[in-house]
Amino acid sequence: MSETTTHSRVAVTDEAAGLLRELTRQHGRLMVHQSGGCCDGSAPMCYPIGMFITGPSDVLLGAIDAGLDDPIEVYMSESQFEYWKYTHLTIDAVPGRGAGFSVEGPTGMRFIIRSRMLTDAELTAFGLG
Amino acid sequence: MTIVEEGVSSVYAAPGQRGARAEYRSRYGHWIGGRFVDPIKGQYFENISPVNGKPFTEVGRGTVEDIDLAVDTAWKAFEHWKTTSPTERANILLKIADRMEEHLEAIAVAETWENGKPVRETLAADIPLAIDHFRYFAGVLRAEEGGISIIDNDTVAYHFNEPLGVVGQIIPWNFPILMAVWKLAPALAAGNCVVLKPAEQTPASILFLVELIGDLLPPGVLNIVNGFGIEAGAPLAQHKRIRKVAFTGETTTGRLIMQYASQNLIPVTLELGGKSANVFFEDVARERDQFFEKALEGFSFFALNQGEVCTCPSRALLQGSIYDEFLQAGIERVGKIIQGNPLDPATMIGAQASNDQLEKILSYIEIGKAGGARLACGGERADLGGDLADGYYVQPTIFEGTNDMRIFQEEIFGPVLSVTRFTDFDDAIRIANDTLYGLGAGVWSRDVNTSYRAGRAIEAGRVWTNTYHQYPAHAAFGGYKQSGIGRENHLKMLEHYQQTKNLLVSYAEGPMGFF
Repeated sequence: MSETTTHSRVAVTDEAAGLLRELTRQHGRLMVHQSGGCCDGSAPMCYPIGMFITGPSDVLLGAIDAGLDDPIEVYMSESQFEYWKYTHLTIDAVPGRGAGFSVEGPTGMRFIIRSRMLTDAELTAFGLG
Repeated sequence: MTIVEEGVSSVYAAPGQRGARAEYRSRYGHWIGGRFVDPIKGQYFENISPVNGKPFTEVGRGTVEDIDLAVDTAWKAFEHWKTTSPTERANILLKIADRMEEHLEAIAVAETWENGKPVRETLAADIPLAIDHFRYFAGVLRAEEGGISIIDNDTVAYHFNEPLGVVGQIIPWNFPILMAVWKLAPALAAGNCVVLKPAEQTPASILFLVELIGDLLPPGVLNIVNGFGIEAGAPLAQHKRIRKVAFTGETTTGRLIMQYASQNLIPVTLELGGKSANVFFEDVARERDQFFEKALEGFSFFALNQGEVCTCPSRALLQGSIYDEFLQAGIERVGKIIQGNPLDPATMIGAQASNDQLEKILSYIEIGKAGGARLACGGERADLGGDLADGYYVQPTIFEGTNDMRIFQEEIFGPVLSVTRFTDFDDAIRIANDTLYGLGAGVWSRDVNTSYRAGRAIEAGRVWTNTYHQYPAHAAFGGYKQSGIGRENHLKMLEHYQQTKNLLVSYAEGPMGFF
């Protein structure tokens, strides 16, 4: 996947960035893996680095700046990416209670994905134009 | 499936109101060793009813310490439970079923209040199916046999089915009781002890049930620990002293559970959802008869359980020659779905199970619009007013589009249908199989040859043919592709909870002659 400094596939809202900072203080450095499938599928799952093993079947979508020393990497399985590659993702947080092992569960907030279609400029930048 | 007769019942009183058929305690601990115990760290969390968006009880916020206690308790109980005869275990399962039947209305109301699904459905489907599941596995267990293989005239291989030991089960929130029973009935029948972790959105209805049936099981055979995934679910899934994990949920957690299982070298069964195609061939619309009506009901089934079903038929594939006519009839049928108070037996579609689920569905409706799909009906949050104004209601929604759109590829888990057209048989199968998943599918045709060939060609574990959303215990259920590993229901499920013990016995009177 080609990337430029001006285009990114992923972003984060202020609300979610605040939650990520709070969770980083509690759990250490974090990463995100975008889920699919039933129940809480489509939820971005947030784990301490090392808890979830990524591999050759995953795509690194990008890294988000949540105001921490290190950006937070966001992954998705390659097969799912085939269907999501034309989409820009923004990680947001809403009140709610998700299942799964994502670290925000006990806070009463839930990470959620907001999506939009990539712009023509982004499509070109990512080699999809 | 028997459906509640129109006009025979009035609205059920909500738990906490006068005349309610079901009352929740104000607080629940974990169910460990046959009784409620406080969480070791003493913490609880609120449980909200999606019907009105308000809390109605508190449940224990479990941690690794509670999971350890539950696993220890289960292993102690296993010492005796593993020696019980199939007859004893089958009889206990039958008694559980009888007890549930006596309290069917109360259990149905309790589940509706916690999950938001219509009581019409819990009364006629969820709870009766759960009852039947216990009876089915009681029957299967009594009829199960090991094997005797003759190796040669003096050598015999005996095959015994033995329980695994203590197993972990992680339950989803869409059918809090039925999905728990799908996992519990075969595990208990096979002689295992269980540590069960309900979903954090629906932690209480299973405790309501266990309070009714708990005395029928020896203490410690079934243990239930609530809590958040990261605090209680993950410690259970990676526990060194469980012999198997069963999980229903989404793919990232499914991978994590396999990762833990690989570290402990234990088996898993996973059910991870789907994006089921419901395929309508042109002969369906040949006549406007009862079959046509049945097919329209099948089309509308995307809204069953508010679309919160792993097998939700969320992609309708209509043959081009009948596309406009059938879609129009389908939209009219969907318009007749009654949305309202889940405790009203006339209500067909209730509340989504949680606020974040509501938010996710609404975000997908936006994705559908932004991605170029045409909104044919619905598309909004439903405001039911009054006491229900803060509940999580979504209008049944239909989009028209193409199979490459995200709303055709991702499990929205809401009452959102994506409709597209196909030209011929091969095109239908190509579209149906163009998905990461393969849990369920529907095929509708008056031509048995067409429906048979389509059913065999679709890569899914369950292909409903001229029907949909039936879940009898005696039919295997599970996924192809990324929809999971293993099967539930059917006697096949017993095998997922059993070891095979082989005794290889020689009756020869002399040595083999090697040494």
